[in-house]
Amino acid sequence: MGTISVNGETYEVVAASDTPLLWVLRDELGLTGTKFGCGIAQCGVCTVHVDGVAVRSCQMLVGMVGQRAITTIEGVGDTPVGARVQKAWLDLEVVQCGYCQPGQIMAATALLAANPDPDDGAIDAAMAGNLCRCGTYVRIREGIKHAARP
Amino acid sequence: MLHDREEQRGGTLSRRSVLRGGAAVLGGLVLGIALPAKRARAGEPQAAGAALNAFVHIPAQGPVSLVMPAVEMGQGVYTSQAMCLAEELDIGLDQIEAIHAPPDREHYGHPTFYVQATGGSTTTMAWSEPLRKAGATARAMLVSAAAAEWSVPASELVTERGVITHPGSGRRLRYGDVADRAGQFPPPTDVPLKSPDQFRLIGTRARRIDTPAKVVGKTVYGIDVIRPGMKFAALMAAPVLGGKVEHVDEAPALAMPGVRQVVVLEDIVAVVGDNTWIAEQGLRALDIMWSPGPNAALDQAQLWADTEKASTGPGVAVRKEGDAPGKLGTGVLFDATYELPFLAHTSMETQNCTVHVHDGGCEIWVGTQVPGYAQAGAAQVLGVSPDKVTVYNHLIGGGFGGRLEAAPIVTATRIAQKVSGPVKVIWSREQDIRQDMFRPLYHNRLKARVESGRIIAWQHRVTGPSILARWLPPAFKDGVDSDAIDGAAEPPYALGEMLVEYIRHENAVPFSFWRGVGPNSTVFSVESFLDLIAGKTGADPVAFRCLMLEKTPRARAVLDAAAAKAGWGKPLDPSPFGARRGRGVALMHAFGSHLACVADVAVTDGGDVRVTKVVVAADVGRVINPDTVVAQIQGGVVFGVATVLHNRITFAGGRVEQTNFNDYRLLRINEMPTIEVDLLSSSEKSGGIGEPGTVIVQPAVANAVFAATGVQLTRMPLDASLIARTV
Repeated sequence: MGTISVNGETYEVVAASDTPLLWVLRDELGLTGTKFGCGIAQCGVCTVHVDGVAVRSCQMLVGMVGQRAITTIEGVGDTPVGARVQKAWLDLEVVQCGYCQPGQIMAATALLAANPDPDDGAIDAAMAGNLCRCGTYVRIREGIKHAARP
Repeated sequence: MLHDREEQRGGTLSRRSVLRGGAAVLGGLVLGIALPAKRARAGEPQAAGAALNAFVHIPAQGPVSLVMPAVEMGQGVYTSQAMCLAEELDIGLDQIEAIHAPPDREHYGHPTFYVQATGGSTTTMAWSEPLRKAGATARAMLVSAAAAEWSVPASELVTERGVITHPGSGRRLRYGDVADRAGQFPPPTDVPLKSPDQFRLIGTRARRIDTPAKVVGKTVYGIDVIRPGMKFAALMAAPVLGGKVEHVDEAPALAMPGVRQVVVLEDIVAVVGDNTWIAEQGLRALDIMWSPGPNAALDQAQLWADTEKASTGPGVAVRKEGDAPGKLGTGVLFDATYELPFLAHTSMETQNCTVHVHDGGCEIWVGTQVPGYAQAGAAQVLGVSPDKVTVYNHLIGGGFGGRLEAAPIVTATRIAQKVSGPVKVIWSREQDIRQDMFRPLYHNRLKARVESGRIIAWQHRVTGPSILARWLPPAFKDGVDSDAIDGAAEPPYALGEMLVEYIRHENAVPFSFWRGVGPNSTVFSVESFLDLIAGKTGADPVAFRCLMLEKTPRARAVLDAAAAKAGWGKPLDPSPFGARRGRGVALMHAFGSHLACVADVAVTDGGDVRVTKVVVAADVGRVINPDTVVAQIQGGVVFGVATVLHNRITFAGGRVEQTNFNDYRLLRINEMPTIEVDLLSSSEKSGGIGEPGTVIVQPAVANAVFAATGVQLTRMPLDASLIARTV
């Protein structure tokens, strides 16, 4: 299909251009940190960054990515904000099963990159699309505030 | 760097490990490496280090391997089990790696269930002492080996962080230096355990050992497994329960690029392809003719009605004190029924299983709460002995009871049997919901008689299926399912003359355990009924309960703590979420733990409920890791709020009506109440904590809605149309 850029590396993609980015990352490139949860943009576990913007990779066709920079959970720690969020997640023991947390961390990092000091309303708006069945929302909110003011 | 696809697919493990940032050792946790049971048995010489028992393997160099009998699905037990072992072994959590236990009932079978299973909030209750003993025994063997080496009494040696020291002479040895020799010593049978004042780990807020890999996306859950040459399968089961495939033309799927195979089983069609998406598209291209089978007329109203009818039949007495029916026959009588719906587990990681059938057996990569049942189920499909089936267990992306059945592994093995090479079978969210084995529908019928403000006679009939009769037959005794009546038979209250009965009633809907299990139905019903009585007698719900708690001080203490922290009796502030406000309370004793909860709600005129604040006070006995306990209560509350507000699985024409998160709603962060947890200090026996938060918040919310609206809803979830107000 062509090449895409993920976490600063260029990958040749064989999958058809109408394949959702999620399945290219997971099944073809072996980047399984990005998760599958619903397939209909209801849960957010597949969240990645496209040029820094949080995107549901189950809805973005790989052919639409072009040369925009994709960042996944495996690469977001290389950004200062991503690293702060990951550290906050550990410091506050946000994580339980952890399956949704790559998506939560990607969404939280995009929020903080755009809004360094979000209030509760901004956190709600940015994070409401990310489900957590373990129910870690109390600590996700605290984690975002902790990462904003380390 | 350019990666081509064939290189990825055909890549060796090391190649892929580099790509994935190293899959082997992550954050002190070894993933997917099963310690063979034989190696774990003591007495066999080891080339490097030694297995001192089934749980502790000390290598000559490097981290100590601790085998985890209970699986990690987010509840924090890899950390707490490691804390128990490491406490007595005198090593640090930074010096260990956790190993998934292989199927091996002899060594890793649950001390209470006997089968190898993780569930029922029992891990801490069941495993803390055996693991502490295993750690203490291993330490004693290491000390004996060092004492023999130095010809000094073992009592003169001290241990700390994996080092044995003889203070008199200043000599030191690392555990790895003496592990080989220690393995030759017979395990001592009666090693003393530390007293609580000697604890260095237990009771501390230890950092979790599984989370560093999780926050960087390197944890390999079952769904993330990649095997060389692996294909991907999507599946669809008969949409009507018990239906069969009548006819399917495979051609439309096989015509699609990347589709490799269509597998048609009696009740399931699967499409195998080069990636998950292609397999799913192939499945969608098929026009499958299903024969509906015997359940085509099954519908929800009938399921409710059948259970209601069964609840009037004869029951089995579970607890009988005095003559409750006789006492209930006269005087002021309260009578109510509470009905709980079918529920799906909806773990964020959908069901999945990778199977490679080869050489007269198979290998399985999966995250399961029942490794032994998984092994046996696959062996039965293949018609081989269980030892021909290797199960590689994984961390689980949410369990909640949904990984306590072998059914998905059996299904995946049936598909893999028709496929050459390894195949990863992934359930779509829709299939995960529709093929789930649901929290069963329960019916509770309660009667009580009150005199002078006190309950003097009480009858509680629980009607529902028996999960234990199928899952753990020896636990189904004398017609009683001890899970279904848990919370009803021994409530914390003095209720006068009592009769608690169980009526086993089953229907065509598959059912299994679900977070909170039996107490989700019984505690909800008891606590709702108490508020109904309090409301009708003009009593304050907290004061009314306190009258019945004279003999249960731990229950009274958590109730007092929750009421005080929540400001019980003080007026509620206006809320932007709804004009009608209410506060509700609930109390429970189950899973060995005592919890009380106060919930505040706001209700709109349209009947929408917003939970604004939840306070929980808990006495869970002695705590291994207090932060994990708080996290489990917080998360359990969120799980329970979604349940009571939103969740139900319903049937029409034999089909599950719900499909995905759009119509099976979980709570979202913007709907969150504030949650405050008060963990009471306790030196009592440890209780369970994975499930109680989910149990206790549901009746507290329902009681708050009752307080806000004057309407008590008796069939869950809360139905806005029944509490809407005409303005």
